[in-house]
Amino acid sequence: MLQGQVATLLYVIVFAPLVGAVVNGLGSRWLSRRFVSAVGVGTPFLSFAAALYSFAALMGVRGQEPEFTAVSTTLFSWISAGPISVDFALYLDPLSMVMTLVVTGVGSLIHLYSVGYMHGDPSYARYFSHLNLFMFSMLLLVLGQSLLLLFVGWEGVGLCSYLLIGFWFSDMDKAVAGKKAFIVNRIGDFGFLLGLFVLVFWMGGTLDVPALRDAVTAPDSRIASMTGAVTVVTLCLFVGATGKSAQIPLYVWLPDAMAGPTPVSALIHAATMVTAGVYMIARLNFLFVLAPVTMAVVAGVGALTALFAASIGLAQNDIKKVLAYSTVSQLGYMFLGVGMGAFGAGIFHLMTHAFFKACLFLGAGSVIHAMHGEQDIQKMGGLARHMPITRATFLISCLAIAGVPLLSGFFSKDEILYGAFVLRHGSGAVAPWLGKLYFVLALAAALMTAVYMFRLYFLTFSGEMRSHDAHPHESPATMTIPLILLAAGAVAAGWVGLPDEKLNLFHHYLEPVFAWSGERIVSTGNHALEFTLMGLSSVVALTGIGLAWLMYRGAWRDEPDRIARALPGLYRAIFHKYYVDELYALLFVRPLQRLSRWAFRWVDAGLVDGVLVNGSARSVRGVGLLTRMMVNGDVQAYAVAVFVGLAVLVWWMF
Amino acid sequence: MTFDTFAVTPFLTWTLAIPLLGAVVLALVPREHLAAHRWLSFVFSVVAFLVSLSVWVNFDASLAGFQLVEDHPWLPFGIRYTLGVDGISLLLVMLTTFLTPVTILGAFSSIEKRVKEFYIAMLLLETSMVGTLVALDMVLFYVFWEFMLIPMYLIIGVWGGPRRIYAAVKFFLFTFIGSVLMLVGILYLHVTAGGDTFSYLDFLRLGVPVREQMWLFAAFGLAFAIKVPVFPFHTWLPDAHVEAPTAGSVILAGVLLKMGTYGFLRFAIPLFPEAAGAFAVPVMVLAVIGVVYGSLMAYAQDDVKKLVAYSSVAHLGFVMLGMFALTTEAVQGSLLQMVNHGVSTGALFLLVGVLYERRHTRLIEAYGGIARPMKVFAAILVIITLSSIGLPGTNGFVGEFLILAGTFREALSAPGDLGAANFKTAGVVFGVLAASGVLLGAIYMLTMVRKVLFGPITHPENERLRDVGVREFAVLASLVVCVFWIGVFPNFFLKRTEASVNATLQAYKARIVEHRAFHAARPTPDIARDLVAEGEVRP
Repeated sequence: MLQGQVATLLYVIVFAPLVGAVVNGLGSRWLSRRFVSAVGVGTPFLSFAAALYSFAALMGVRGQEPEFTAVSTTLFSWISAGPISVDFALYLDPLSMVMTLVVTGVGSLIHLYSVGYMHGDPSYARYFSHLNLFMFSMLLLVLGQSLLLLFVGWEGVGLCSYLLIGFWFSDMDKAVAGKKAFIVNRIGDFGFLLGLFVLVFWMGGTLDVPALRDAVTAPDSRIASMTGAVTVVTLCLFVGATGKSAQIPLYVWLPDAMAGPTPVSALIHAATMVTAGVYMIARLNFLFVLAPVTMAVVAGVGALTALFAASIGLAQNDIKKVLAYSTVSQLGYMFLGVGMGAFGAGIFHLMTHAFFKACLFLGAGSVIHAMHGEQDIQKMGGLARHMPITRATFLISCLAIAGVPLLSGFFSKDEILYGAFVLRHGSGAVAPWLGKLYFVLALAAALMTAVYMFRLYFLTFSGEMRSHDAHPHESPATMTIPLILLAAGAVAAGWVGLPDEKLNLFHHYLEPVFAWSGERIVSTGNHALEFTLMGLSSVVALTGIGLAWLMYRGAWRDEPDRIARALPGLYRAIFHKYYVDELYALLFVRPLQRLSRWAFRWVDAGLVDGVLVNGSARSVRGVGLLTRMMVNGDVQAYAVAVFVGLAVLVWWMF
Repeated sequence: MTFDTFAVTPFLTWTLAIPLLGAVVLALVPREHLAAHRWLSFVFSVVAFLVSLSVWVNFDASLAGFQLVEDHPWLPFGIRYTLGVDGISLLLVMLTTFLTPVTILGAFSSIEKRVKEFYIAMLLLETSMVGTLVALDMVLFYVFWEFMLIPMYLIIGVWGGPRRIYAAVKFFLFTFIGSVLMLVGILYLHVTAGGDTFSYLDFLRLGVPVREQMWLFAAFGLAFAIKVPVFPFHTWLPDAHVEAPTAGSVILAGVLLKMGTYGFLRFAIPLFPEAAGAFAVPVMVLAVIGVVYGSLMAYAQDDVKKLVAYSSVAHLGFVMLGMFALTTEAVQGSLLQMVNHGVSTGALFLLVGVLYERRHTRLIEAYGGIARPMKVFAAILVIITLSSIGLPGTNGFVGEFLILAGTFREALSAPGDLGAANFKTAGVVFGVLAASGVLLGAIYMLTMVRKVLFGPITHPENERLRDVGVREFAVLASLVVCVFWIGVFPNFFLKRTEASVNATLQAYKARIVEHRAFHAARPTPDIARDLVAEGEVRP
């Protein structure tokens, strides 16, 4: 009975935003702004309400029947051909429930914020149509029961990202950034799709997630014994994750994606879409845990990305670019978490990050709004006086991301750091010191995080305004209310995951999803160690904030310039993001262009069409011309030919 | 294959005859009544579409053989008038009857000289295309097959661009050379069958010896490969497309190319199964080259139409790959992909036509930023682009996914039952390369879209471009509906192809197995390996 209700609600959750997208998309020319806002903002809120209701209902059931964890519902058979059969089915378990709440909750607030932020835009309806379409795709990604349906959402969010990055398409840079995002994502998707094929046809797996899980976790499962194949599959899928979640080597699209409207950056490029890779790995935790090598790769790429992106963040001057590299870096933490086998911790950080990073981006949007489009923090300063709410919420989120004790980021980040320090794969296939190395990288990244975030904060909000023609003002209520709510989340979201067996509600809630994998991960930790590491990382966070204060507010104010002058090579490399875009252009983009031009000119036009086709046509014509010359009506010439021919014939015969 | 149901009402003949009748009526209307010619041809093609709908309605998806069969004696030497439709031809018949009125409506404003003759040619083309798809007598088939050339040759040569004569002759010679060899093959089969039949079903039962099969497959295969076109026989296609008027391009890409792929599935594979098995890997190599090479060529183009033409080479490479993977889902996928390509590429050519009518150039660099003045156009171009690059939710994804899935299944699952022993590794390489074509597709299509639609307006004359009008919108919207319909509810189409595809593949596999059993007097290493894999023998 209740399950039926929840099943119906699942359709509401997923399809309400689609209705919004279609209505605003088709009616953009005729609908009034008020109607567009009502539909555009109303449908995600409807999804959120349905999600909350489902959550409450399922908690009630779970209280009575602890075995009960998931609801599944099938709408129709999507593709069926030969042995392939994929249903349009939705699947709600604790993991997808958490994601749904994050996506619809944070998403709804960002939609509300957009009403204020986009109020003067001529393409208002198109904006909401795309944003709603994004919500639909993201929810399909989260709730799809089949990996193929997940893939539909996966590519769908990529499409919306493309459309929204290039939303102001008349600007060439923005259009180019959108295209770049789509293509880099497609490289990842290529890996993802190959992974699916290997999974199904080599390993005899299935695309249906719960069925796959049952097949893998069954005693003496055939799939579980194919370690090599599982490693190939999971590595392929991880290639997809590096694209979608902006990890090394495919992170390059995300900083450029900041060309989109700022609420889009908050929703798609910080809180939800970019976390899809982390979600996918958590979704398939039972598969990844069977491939220790992949796990080590995932964690390693995560730790490296965390450090690498944080270092770039130190030297950027565009407020959104700083936040973009920060996002790349924080996603690295999430991958470090799931790669070490701390799946719950990875998802926990995903949730807290959604709050504080969305708040930071929306705060940045509020600042950009107030500064009439200015994004260079070197030209800002002293905004605290003009924008008290934006400043307060921004500060709270900075403290949360830096990892200041008791705020949300503190708990989730520490859980990941602790996991890196103490967790090992049960198979013993991975060297135990590797986790310690990752821990050191991540701790260094944590220090940088505190520095660059507070560099950003001090340059933006404190001191004196460095631009003379700006008249900053606080943003309207549709923008400040989401900021306040998200800041509240940035403070409190961590409290559901306190570092204690009993108090950690979050882990308890997700337990059924990760229990089987958890048995394959060995922990060498204890509470004393955990609290020691917490203390260490708190010191690191406060040190970072202190350093930033000294360098940008205090006595060391000349130091940043001095360091830049003393190490010009390093500074330039960081400022130019280690020249990775240039490297890719040199290695891939331009060679492909040259190859296609060259092949068109020499192979297609030259060889195939020129020599083979027109060449044979010409030789036919040549033979024709030759014979025509002979058949010229000159009887004497004919006679000569006859005699010569006869002579040759006679000579040849005898 | 069998005749499963005979037609009570001869719907297939009606579908053939109505456009022909339309052509006759048009011939009687004086040439100065331009509007009458336009609307009459549109009405006749719509009626043909409605009649073909009753073919669709009367089609029983559970039957594998031919349905709505009409079979009458016609000429000496056992030549008969035999028509029938099965799951392999049904979708293509519908594609033809659907695309023709759409194209005719789209051509209203672009064809201004010799209007009467143009629409007569279009209607005759429709008759011959439908005839090619439903003919079950090989002479009848050949007549329709060759007749298709004439109206298309005229459409390119009379209503085409500046180099139209070169393009039309090239088109004609290429396809004609291929078909002549096929005619020889048909005559050979006729003689082998005893000289008194040209019936497709009789030819199926012949059991041609393998040595002869190789030659016959080559003869038929060349005719079809040129039509598809398979690399390296593709160079007529870009020329033909660039010179052809919009309507010609739409029909050429939308339907005519599929006659090649249809020919492989209908004739080359079932009539010569052992040869098809032996040729499968070489054909797939060419198919994959087509995918990658076509994409690379498309990326190098400055002319939108040429870009779309080369993208066709890539897409049909996909279709060929799926067909010769010879698994149910891959073949069903390639049938669906034929329809998808007709819809998406047809729409792309129509969109290029819309631009051409406004600015009289197809060079990408002549545009830029036109999404601002042409909002609806931009939205439709983006949707069709997404369909062309196979975004999930659109038709393109379903086709490509099934083709890749079928290829990988054959390559990865043990033991495979394809004729070629070296398919295992090769199949994986084919699949990976073809999948990379999906990536390349995104690169060249989105680059084109960015250059045409986005960025600042660089040419002042683009500032006030007129967005699509009502007629243009109706034409394009009908195709957009198909994009999503097939993308979201592919089973509606797939289930009608299932029985026939299964029967065709089973017949093929039975012949291969029989052939293997005959030649496997002593166990070859290959067979020994298969037995080990099946657990019957311990190594």
